[in-house]
Amino acid sequence: MRKAHWEKNLFELIRKTSTDLPADVEAAIRRALLKEKKNSRAAWVLTTILENAAIARKNDTPICQDTGVLQFHFGVPVGFDTNALVAMTRSAVSRATRYGYVRQNTLDSVSGASYETNIAHGSPVFHFQQKARKTVDVRLVMKGGGSENVGRQFSLPDAEIGASRDLEGVRKCILQAVWEAQGNGCAPGILGVCIGGDRTTGYTHSKEQFLRKIGEKSPVKLLAKLEERIIKDCRKLDIGPMGLGGRATLLDAKIDALSRHPACYFVTVSFMCWAFRRRGVLLGPEGGIKRWLY
Amino acid sequence: MSEVSIEYPFSAAAVRNLSVGDRIRLSGLVFTGRDRFHKYLFDGGKSPVHLKDGAIYHCGPVVIRKDGEWKVLAAGPTTSSREDLYTPKIIEEHKIRVIIGKGGMGKATLEACSHHGCVYLQAVGGAAAHIAQRVERVQGVHLIKEFGAADAVWELIIHDMEAVVTMDAHGNSLHKRIRNSSKRSLRVVIAGD
Ligand code: SF4
Repeated sequence: MRKAHWEKNLFELIRKTSTDLPADVEAAIRRALLKEKKNSRAAWVLTTILENAAIARKNDTPICQDTGVLQFHFGVPVGFDTNALVAMTRSAVSRATRYGYVRQNTLDSVSGASYETNIAHGSPVFHFQQKARKTVDVRLVMKGGGSENVGRQFSLPDAEIGASRDLEGVRKCILQAVWEAQGNGCAPGILGVCIGGDRTTGYTHSKEQFLRKIGEKSPVKLLAKLEERIIKDCRKLDIGPMGLGGRATLLDAKIDALSRHPACYFVTVSFMCWAFRRRGVLLGPEGGIKRWLY
Repeated sequence: MSEVSIEYPFSAAAVRNLSVGDRIRLSGLVFTGRDRFHKYLFDGGKSPVHLKDGAIYHCGPVVIRKDGEWKVLAAGPTTSSREDLYTPKIIEEHKIRVIIGKGGMGKATLEACSHHGCVYLQAVGGAAAHIAQRVERVQGVHLIKEFGAADAVWELIIHDMEAVVTMDAHGNSLHKRIRNSSKRSLRVVIAGD
């Protein structure tokens, strides 16, 4: 394994994720802008967001100062040394922090002390999957605190919002979460929803939905329909960009389901802000870049 | 919607002239301050800067040291509601006139704004590179050892930072208004077409 090569390309993945808003996200923001009234607050917010994306790309600086928690999703070949991969990724993260692509964004939860390089117990976050192929698939999502804080997990039935254990109940949960969040998750954002699973897998799987591209519908017909319905419903809430009013409260909704225990029915809603920093790359056995995934 | 330019130091009279919905271009000195600094002041800590007639910006910037100078790379607003507990007391004791952040703040802060003459401005969340361009220079930094770079108090000299008044000194809050109106829409949407 050529360590330097790997580290260089993992660093490049972090740099690109932090500074270069993916094309599908930017296009969705552009489409949203077309639907807002000229000279409205919503149009001002969306125009600023688009200008911001262009400046960050040109100046090679972070799109948002909250560079979030770094979540790595790896797909590795059988027999691959994941310990070495973790070590190389950690060193790429600490270098990216020194270069200002990632903010010092990790605190000790007991003492409150700040970690200089973002390398700590639980940071960054790693997910592994084994794949039957020779390349290593690395996807990175940088998720900010503002959008993380408005995530919500419901346990159905929920009498307060009148949600039963069916897709109509799920719809109520999602709309409730969007209403509660207002602009605090830096709307317009993307929803990742998991129906079922347990307390842990519900959140994990809801966040994995962020690996799907904007506009990519669920392969499950009923869920694809629900996604569309949620997008349509949310346009009518008039929460709008940054919660200052307008049509664009959501850019997209991604819903998937896991099996569940008969006694449990969780609906987990994760939010992603408009600063949807998600990139992925396929690396060859020596760590060279084969191609970018988004 | 009118556009108004304001500049540090901010007088009580100037901020009382502003209303919800006004577009602002703000220039001059701004102090960043977030969770750690607010708790510190609330607990009676001595402010390292003179906050009177000043602006507190809820922001933890990305700053690097280049050629012996601080350079702000990213400086967007962070969620303000986290400072709700501390802010009324800080407005009263330190006579700050402007708060910049995102998401708005609660009832007690809105009341303190009316009472003492202070406004809340919403900047575009996440527009960190955009706002960083409006930072002309860093005049100083305080409490960086104690709180870390993101929570430190940065003295920023800013030119033409864009924001909108969402809580004025007359008890109006755009956040409250939208929360209520969207609640009504939510009921309609849930009932279905
Ligand atoms: S929610 Fe997203 S865009 Fe908003 S401040 Fe946090 S990371 Fe930035």
